[in-house]
Amino acid sequence: MTARIELAGISKAFPGVQALVGVDFKVEAGQVHALLGENGAGKSTLIKVMTGALARDAGEIRLDGRLVEIGSPREARDLGIGAVYQEINLIPTMSVTKNLTLGRQPRRYGFVSWRRARAMARERLARLKVDIDVERPLGSYSVAVQQLVAIARALDDDTHVLVLDEPTASLDANETDLILGIMRDLRARGLAIVFITHFIDQVYRIADRISVLRNGRLVGAAPTAELPSLKLVSLMLGREVEQVGERPKDRAPPADAVTALSAQGVGRDRVMAPFNLSLKAGEVVGLAGLLGSGRTETAKLIFGAIRPDQGRVAVSGQPIAGGSPRQSIRHGVALCPEDRKAEGICGGLSVRENIVLALQAKRGWRRPLSGPEQERLADEMIEALAVATPDAEKPVGQLSGGNQQKVVLARSLVSDPRVLILDEPTRGIDVGAHAEVVQLIRRLSARGLALLVASSELDELVAVSDRVAVLRDRKMVGEIAGADITRETIIQTIAGA
Amino acid sequence: MTVEPIHAATSGPSFRARLGATLAHRTVWPVLALALILIVDGFVSPGFFTIRIVEGRLFGSLIDILYRAMPTAMVALGMAVVIGTKGIDLSVGSTIAITGAVIAWRIHAGDSHLLILFLALGVGVLCGLWNGFLVAVLDIQPIIATLILMTSGRGIGLMINLVYGGTNPSFLSPLLQSLSVGHVGLVPTRIIVGAVLFFLLWLLLRRTALGLFLEAVGDNARAADLSGVGARFVRYAAYLISGVYAAAAGVVLTADTHTSDPVSEGLYIELDAILAVVIGGGSLSGGRIYLGATMLGALVIQALTTSILTSGVPPEYNLVVKAFVVIVVLLLQSKNARGLVVRLARARAR
Repeated sequence: MTARIELAGISKAFPGVQALVGVDFKVEAGQVHALLGENGAGKSTLIKVMTGALARDAGEIRLDGRLVEIGSPREARDLGIGAVYQEINLIPTMSVTKNLTLGRQPRRYGFVSWRRARAMARERLARLKVDIDVERPLGSYSVAVQQLVAIARALDDDTHVLVLDEPTASLDANETDLILGIMRDLRARGLAIVFITHFIDQVYRIADRISVLRNGRLVGAAPTAELPSLKLVSLMLGREVEQVGERPKDRAPPADAVTALSAQGVGRDRVMAPFNLSLKAGEVVGLAGLLGSGRTETAKLIFGAIRPDQGRVAVSGQPIAGGSPRQSIRHGVALCPEDRKAEGICGGLSVRENIVLALQAKRGWRRPLSGPEQERLADEMIEALAVATPDAEKPVGQLSGGNQQKVVLARSLVSDPRVLILDEPTRGIDVGAHAEVVQLIRRLSARGLALLVASSELDELVAVSDRVAVLRDRKMVGEIAGADITRETIIQTIAGA
Repeated sequence: MTVEPIHAATSGPSFRARLGATLAHRTVWPVLALALILIVDGFVSPGFFTIRIVEGRLFGSLIDILYRAMPTAMVALGMAVVIGTKGIDLSVGSTIAITGAVIAWRIHAGDSHLLILFLALGVGVLCGLWNGFLVAVLDIQPIIATLILMTSGRGIGLMINLVYGGTNPSFLSPLLQSLSVGHVGLVPTRIIVGAVLFFLLWLLLRRTALGLFLEAVGDNARAADLSGVGARFVRYAAYLISGVYAAAAGVVLTADTHTSDPVSEGLYIELDAILAVVIGGGSLSGGRIYLGATMLGALVIQALTTSILTSGVPPEYNLVVKAFVVIVVLLLQSKNARGLVVRLARARAR
């Protein structure tokens, strides 16, 4: 059987990095092909070559056995290759109709016919069995619906190949089911689907075939049934992984440790009901709850990124006046935000500048770190966190997502905090980095750092936490400590049973 | 994971590679543009490069370009800082007008001229505080916020003129005039003043952490804020710097004409200053401040004006020719445009 799309011997180099080396990749009609790999393995580069966004250095692309040249995303589209990128490229303030018809509005007498545009938008959504008011601004819908609109936009009548880059990255379980269901539908209609994700369980739920990239090379390709998950993960990492799931049994919460941070009655109207929370030095406290339960809000209220309208936060007994990120940093609290692109990195600034930023802010503008000192700190962190960058002067925006996350983490660590707040530390990064983050959290707490970890992944919380604070509907509803922390107890507390 | 670096040829970088690296450096294009303009001048008007000593000071077209570029350069330095924070300051021309009016007013009131110099810079501080308040505290978009002072500032200047009943009052001030049209040894004082202001700003930005903070805020204000950089304070500082540097340009311009003329003094200087920043490689989307390249940008603009005037092209053509050259410089800087030229050249070679 001829593959619907077949890439053979694709190579691509960027200055300083060989991103792809002779990669073969093919997808057949009516098949979901999962493309997996660690950060910087070359997944994004491969799909960009496939969709004409990047020119390849070597190799060939065939559609239904026919050799094709794809010079631009537009040409890819004309050839029937649709793509939805990781960062949704839609405009939230515009209506769904406008988002779906932008660039190809139906015209009448030279003017846009909005009546026909609306019909076109509804028709596109109907293909995905979505029925929403197309006149409302896109931003008023949930992320899942926005993702569906993005897919609808990528799907033309003659689309044969659909590339989905992390379509479920910011969705909760129900929303994920919705997207996977639609992928099954599209597969049944004969589409060839490329599915990039870092959720291993989703791969096994839907993919027919798996390809694994590592350091720009194809290291494995097999039908899903022939590739058990442990084998898959070790392919991705290039080494056998130890299980990180279990919490070490000998680990006891430090009994006599001093209180590093205490939040008393901190809250804000409409954001989060007042809560009490304290962290001891060397303790890891998890924040668990469903999407929208107030995890991020709790983290940001403590840090002062959202200004509380009541309550007090004290670090080592000293109250933080004012409640601003600036004051928190000065008192030795650091936050790694969830949305690294919007709140984490300064993309145009170098790795070095990003890493020293928080420490420099703590010292104040009049006491600059010398050039050599900055370089030393940056090099140390690049080494310690294994940031994949050719050098410290590379703009952070050019690194892959997981490495950007590491730079944000490095920035917090360099500021020498007593309390570190991690909001979704493994969001958007792959399994290998995942294990690294868990190890890192353990190492940091062993050094006496107090950590507050907000996460949607229960296994991660179970693996690292000494205590877990459970949130439901923007209230703190319970706390689980020590050996009682399991997936089940957390789920029970969330469910209120 | 590890990344395999591509190893360069062991014999060191090739000529092509070195050429490529040089061409990629941002200061190359303003330097090239400046050199090109001067070379054309050299052909068109003989003696363009001659520098003589007349009445105990340096004299010649090159000196003239430096001399006349200084006010724009001073304004452009402040503008580079504001643009680096993703802002813009349209009110610099009006700041100059108010500065001029205050100078004339206080001289007529009989203040000491040294005090007046500081009062003039104080005007810049006030204007900067106002703009900073609107942008950093009230969070108004910079282009709108500074538009307010841009339109009202010249009116404020006229009102100050009216305080003592004059229109376009003129004055004499040996101190201020020596800063503007005087010379120290062979060198015109304002060139020295410009150089000192450049150096001071460089110290302030690069020998403290202020430069890093300004650029971080310009790149991603939210991220900078969460890193503990008080974005509000940093924005405030940017508009303050811009105000003071505009006021310094105001002192030089006002002392030059020894008249306060709020209607036309420093008119459209904000546009030249923005252009100087852009020619110097600064991006209006913020994140980077290039002080040296901005100075070069101001020189490019002045060299252009001077050479059009000295080349015998009718002055009516001045603005159009200037626009043309500016487009060429910007095209040279544009990666896309350079790529297009290279592709076209390759296509032809085939």
